[in-house]
Amino acid sequence: MSLAQQIPPSTTPYVNLAFNSRWSGFSYLLQVRMKELQREPEVIFWVFGFPVLLALGLGIAFRNKPVNTTSIAIVSSPGAGEALARIQRSPQKASIRAEILDREAAGQGFRLGKYDLVLESDGPGFRYRYDPSRQESVLARAEVDGALQTAAGRRDPLPTSSVVSSEPGSRYIDFLIPGLLGMNLMNAAMWGIGFALVDMRQRKLLKRFVATPMRRGDFLMALMASRIVLMLIEVTLMLSFGALVFHMRILGSLLTIVLIGAIGAIGFGGIGLLTASRAQKIESVSGLINLVMMPMWIFSGVFFSYERFPAMLHPFIKALPLTALNDALRATILEGASLSAQSGRLLILVLWGGLSFVLALRWFRWT
Amino acid sequence: MEAVRGLNLEIHAGECFGLLGPNGAGKTTTIEILEGLLEPTSGQVTILERNWKAHSRELREWLGISLQETRLSEKLTVRETVELFASFYRQARPTNQILDQLQLTEKADSWVGKLSGGQRQRLAVATALVANPKILFLDEPTTGLDPQSRRQLWEIIREFQRRAGTVLLTTHYMDEAERLCDRLAIIDHGEVIAEGTPADLINRLGGHHVVEFSVDSALDEVSLESWRGLPGVESVRSDDGLVSLNVREPHRTIPALLDEVAQQGSEIIHLTTRQASLEDVFVRLTGRHLRED
Repeated sequence: MSLAQQIPPSTTPYVNLAFNSRWSGFSYLLQVRMKELQREPEVIFWVFGFPVLLALGLGIAFRNKPVNTTSIAIVSSPGAGEALARIQRSPQKASIRAEILDREAAGQGFRLGKYDLVLESDGPGFRYRYDPSRQESVLARAEVDGALQTAAGRRDPLPTSSVVSSEPGSRYIDFLIPGLLGMNLMNAAMWGIGFALVDMRQRKLLKRFVATPMRRGDFLMALMASRIVLMLIEVTLMLSFGALVFHMRILGSLLTIVLIGAIGAIGFGGIGLLTASRAQKIESVSGLINLVMMPMWIFSGVFFSYERFPAMLHPFIKALPLTALNDALRATILEGASLSAQSGRLLILVLWGGLSFVLALRWFRWT
Repeated sequence: MEAVRGLNLEIHAGECFGLLGPNGAGKTTTIEILEGLLEPTSGQVTILERNWKAHSRELREWLGISLQETRLSEKLTVRETVELFASFYRQARPTNQILDQLQLTEKADSWVGKLSGGQRQRLAVATALVANPKILFLDEPTTGLDPQSRRQLWEIIREFQRRAGTVLLTTHYMDEAERLCDRLAIIDHGEVIAEGTPADLINRLGGHHVVEFSVDSALDEVSLESWRGLPGVESVRSDDGLVSLNVREPHRTIPALLDEVAQQGSEIIHLTTRQASLEDVFVRLTGRHLRED
């Protein structure tokens, strides 16, 4: 097949053709990507609003209970008033909240977790009903027992004293915020790159782009660059939120945090690219993205420490990219660790991202 | 899967060449091979003495392409879309000039998602014209458009040709092919079944005129055979009770036809004559209509 086999013609030139610079394609692609995201309210919510709401909700749920308060139910009986009075006289009175209830209501409240312990008169003394598998319940028993015994005149043979230590840095919210930030960087990169690419492929926009002189590398770089820009906003937002709302203390340098964030965003960008390299339909890539992310939501220590998993699993868990990112973020934000101290974790991220990127380029379909 | 086979097309500079054929005939495969978007299992594509293997970047700068059914980003404005495509080329025309040419100036700041079908199609062509291409490839540019939008696009294509541009388009509208194309190839089942100028194809294969009639008696082979023998008849076909005769000189055929019908003891209940069209060429060549949906 041949076209226009005669002398190469040139169309009557338009006088005012403008020369484009080498980077005009890249810069327009990046601008357009940012504009599209801006005009998509759902994206704004899922990328920025949702993680903050999640942090707020979990932060409140796990801090709501004033520290060290134990709730107990006293079953109403002739000795109940006496027990209540003794508890209120004891040195522990500030940390025990006690109510007198009938047996049924007390049992019901205990089952629902409203009370940590049920106290009942038993002859001259008392009987504790508690659940040894619930930490608060075990704690309540010790606390109430101490209160009752002291009030009854027990003298401790050994003098002891306590110092309160609940400073920012060791609370659940401090653990949670870096984890949520890491998870959010993963989610946003996987969806922002994987989903966006398959969507463009399905719309035949990728094919239309490669029908122009667009540089394919520029196109991918612009996608990655848009991730970096969003990452900066995400990091700023999450950290300011933690600092302002929960008085979280950020010990590491901001530059280190941003660099870790960038390596995370690019690493997951590579994985997103690989996930999207061949899928033709957004439905199939959605499934793939969830499949890739699911194990990391569970194992990588977003909501709770992976130390809870059996030790034999730890090497595998630590090899996951989100574990590396979360650990690096926590060490920097909470402990002020330096970038060089994170090199092992960052290497894991770079390897995941780099290998994915190489495979993605080999398999990627533009049409 | 082989969608096209043994295609050999030669398209001349400055002409508008059409690939005409029904849906699924292999038009899109053909044009995408020419556009360098699909790699042929065998064969070569030469465009302005260049080929896709060695000169792809150069060729991309020279070609303007509009694919079938590209869904451009809905949340970008018309202007942003044109500027984005323009940014990919070494040299591009001013955005306003393109918008003006494609009659999109009024819609410059509207989101693509808010455009009508005709406006979207003009925008798709605009993205192909951003860099003053030498050759324009249009895959089904007017499918699904209202008559006014189709005429607007035809005018844009003609204007491009007037600037000495070469156009290759696919269509399954025979009137579009007839009006717009200097030459065309009719494609069916992945093969070229006829090639030439529209007038030449019609003259060669369609007969000049078509006489269509129906009679009140049942049609059979014998009567079809008798009509084939009438003076000036080149071919006969019947379609759902309607008989079409391709004839050179209707004034000689029609009196003979009336005599023949009377002799058979039937009566004519309907008779028209018209100029032969590309549709007649296609039906004659394949026994099917172009658009059998």
